[in-house]
Amino acid sequence: MNDDVVIRTQNLVKKYPMGRTELIALKNVNLEFRRGEFAGLVGPSGSGKTTLLNIIGSLDTPTSGSAQVLGERVEALSHRKAADLRSRHIGFIFQTFNLLPVYSAFENVEFPLLLVNMSAADRRKRVMDALEWVGLADRAGSKPTQLSGGESQRVAIARAVVKRPEIVLADEPTANLDADNSHKILRTMVELNRNLNTTFIFSTHDEKVIRYLRRKISLVDGAVAADVPQTPEVDSR
Amino acid sequence: MTILRLAIRNLRGAGIRTWLNAIALSFAFVVIIFGQGLLQGMNKQAEDASTAYEFGGGQYWHPGYDPYDPLTLDSARGPVPGEVRALVESGRAAAVLVVQGSIYPQGRLKPVLIKGIEPNQRVLRLPTARLADTTEELPVMIGARTARSTGLGIGDYVTVQWRDAQGAFDARDGRVVEIMETSVGTVDVGQVWVPLDRLQALAGMPGQATVVTVAKGTRAPDVAGWEFRSLAFLTADLRQMVQAKSTGQSIMFLVLFLLAMLAIFDTQVLSVFRRRREIGLLIALGMTRIRVIVLFTLEGALHSVLAAALGAVYGAPFFYYLTRNGFAVPGGDTWGYALGDKLYPTFTAGLILGTTVLVFVVTAFVSWLPARRIARLKPTDALSGRAT
Repeated sequence: MNDDVVIRTQNLVKKYPMGRTELIALKNVNLEFRRGEFAGLVGPSGSGKTTLLNIIGSLDTPTSGSAQVLGERVEALSHRKAADLRSRHIGFIFQTFNLLPVYSAFENVEFPLLLVNMSAADRRKRVMDALEWVGLADRAGSKPTQLSGGESQRVAIARAVVKRPEIVLADEPTANLDADNSHKILRTMVELNRNLNTTFIFSTHDEKVIRYLRRKISLVDGAVAADVPQTPEVDSR
Repeated sequence: MTILRLAIRNLRGAGIRTWLNAIALSFAFVVIIFGQGLLQGMNKQAEDASTAYEFGGGQYWHPGYDPYDPLTLDSARGPVPGEVRALVESGRAAAVLVVQGSIYPQGRLKPVLIKGIEPNQRVLRLPTARLADTTEELPVMIGARTARSTGLGIGDYVTVQWRDAQGAFDARDGRVVEIMETSVGTVDVGQVWVPLDRLQALAGMPGQATVVTVAKGTRAPDVAGWEFRSLAFLTADLRQMVQAKSTGQSIMFLVLFLLAMLAIFDTQVLSVFRRRREIGLLIALGMTRIRVIVLFTLEGALHSVLAAALGAVYGAPFFYYLTRNGFAVPGGDTWGYALGDKLYPTFTAGLILGTTVLVFVVTAFVSWLPARRIARLKPTDALSGRAT
């Protein structure tokens, strides 16, 4: 794999059994993502965006074909190796934020670092840096119930990037946010992409998000219908 | 360590739910320890009293002696062997001659065992010194229960009848010089105590005895003919009686324990169901399924640690009070073994530690059962809140 290519899928197929028939979620998807990309999987519901993200994130495995992430073949990974890949190299951002409700913002962001055995002092510095990046250093002690939707998603972004992963996978990150918060979130991610050279891959059908992308991959019925670079309407670099 | 820290954080975050479970489990803790302490105390108290008043450090039995067969008593006596006699003479053993007989309180016949014992003995806690401190031809000591059933009091005369060595009936009027208070019914009910030398002389059995009780801590040499019965042998019946009572209590504890475990199990089932998204997130963030299972199991098991701490807060003063002041046992005499009016529970470190470990292990197991489902949960389904 070329040093710059962090993700490569080859003839990727994913089928789900539906009673006696099968639902084909992905059809022969061939894609490459390079380090530092800010790309989006675009398409209507059921087009296979989330399925593709899940496979890239080693949360799911393909029915056939191959998905290589940072040189590891996802379909061949054991549970343990897949967990290791996620804990060290991949950050996730979800539509519903998925913050741990009993933890403070600080503790939520700290969580991924606890899994990689980092010293308390280093953890503290990294967490505060990450909260600083998303502009929430002053809300470190707040519980998720005390945060607005936009703030919660910013905490989730901080959690995704705190371990400085090579890849961040964001599944409909603005779906539960208003326009103002969506733009704030997206600007934050553009900044992080620029500063950390992290590869961001979105799954979205939100026009606001699409305007920030530098590469737009359209999925229709599980197949890649178009894969085009674009100049972000909102300058992202 | 990370998992433990996370488990503690989650428990703290669960707030009142955690404390309600811990309180329920702490009741089970305290009641189990209390019940077991009561049984241990009962056992110890009965054993201590029996040792002090009857068994000492063990007994030599005449080969013909069988305490459960009164018909053999006539032949269950003989001269005390030399080595045992040396122990008696040095004050480390007390010889007792047992003769069947009758007394006639208020003109009624009452069959009794007449027991001769050296008045100056110090092996048993019986107040036999009063038998020496008199000029009566036949001083008699009886227990409080016998006194109540016969209506005899100190200073009363009672006719004592026995069969001597030749089988001839003989009788004397004995005077009650002491009524002893003891929780050990087997040295009281249906027994009269007289000086050993007087009984030996009156019954024509000089130098003879039925049993010889040795003092606690005295080494008992092997003696030809007479058999030494250890304390373990002598108290075996007592332990069996306590065991029989403990079985009934154990069932009650088991029910209580199961209810507490049901609460934990229920919480865990609900927890795994309600926290599916969280489980999916933990896996997405890089935890292995095994670590998530360990986390949930540990969360459940830590309830028992909290319960132990809570139980200690209110249980420790309660147990301390009981060990100092005892526990009133109405009709303790009728229970069949030496209890007295008050029972003092015994709470040993072994009992407390054993119960704590047992509760922890069982709680961990009960917590693990529902947590196992996590292994079958698909992270993508869990993240979207679907059950796999």
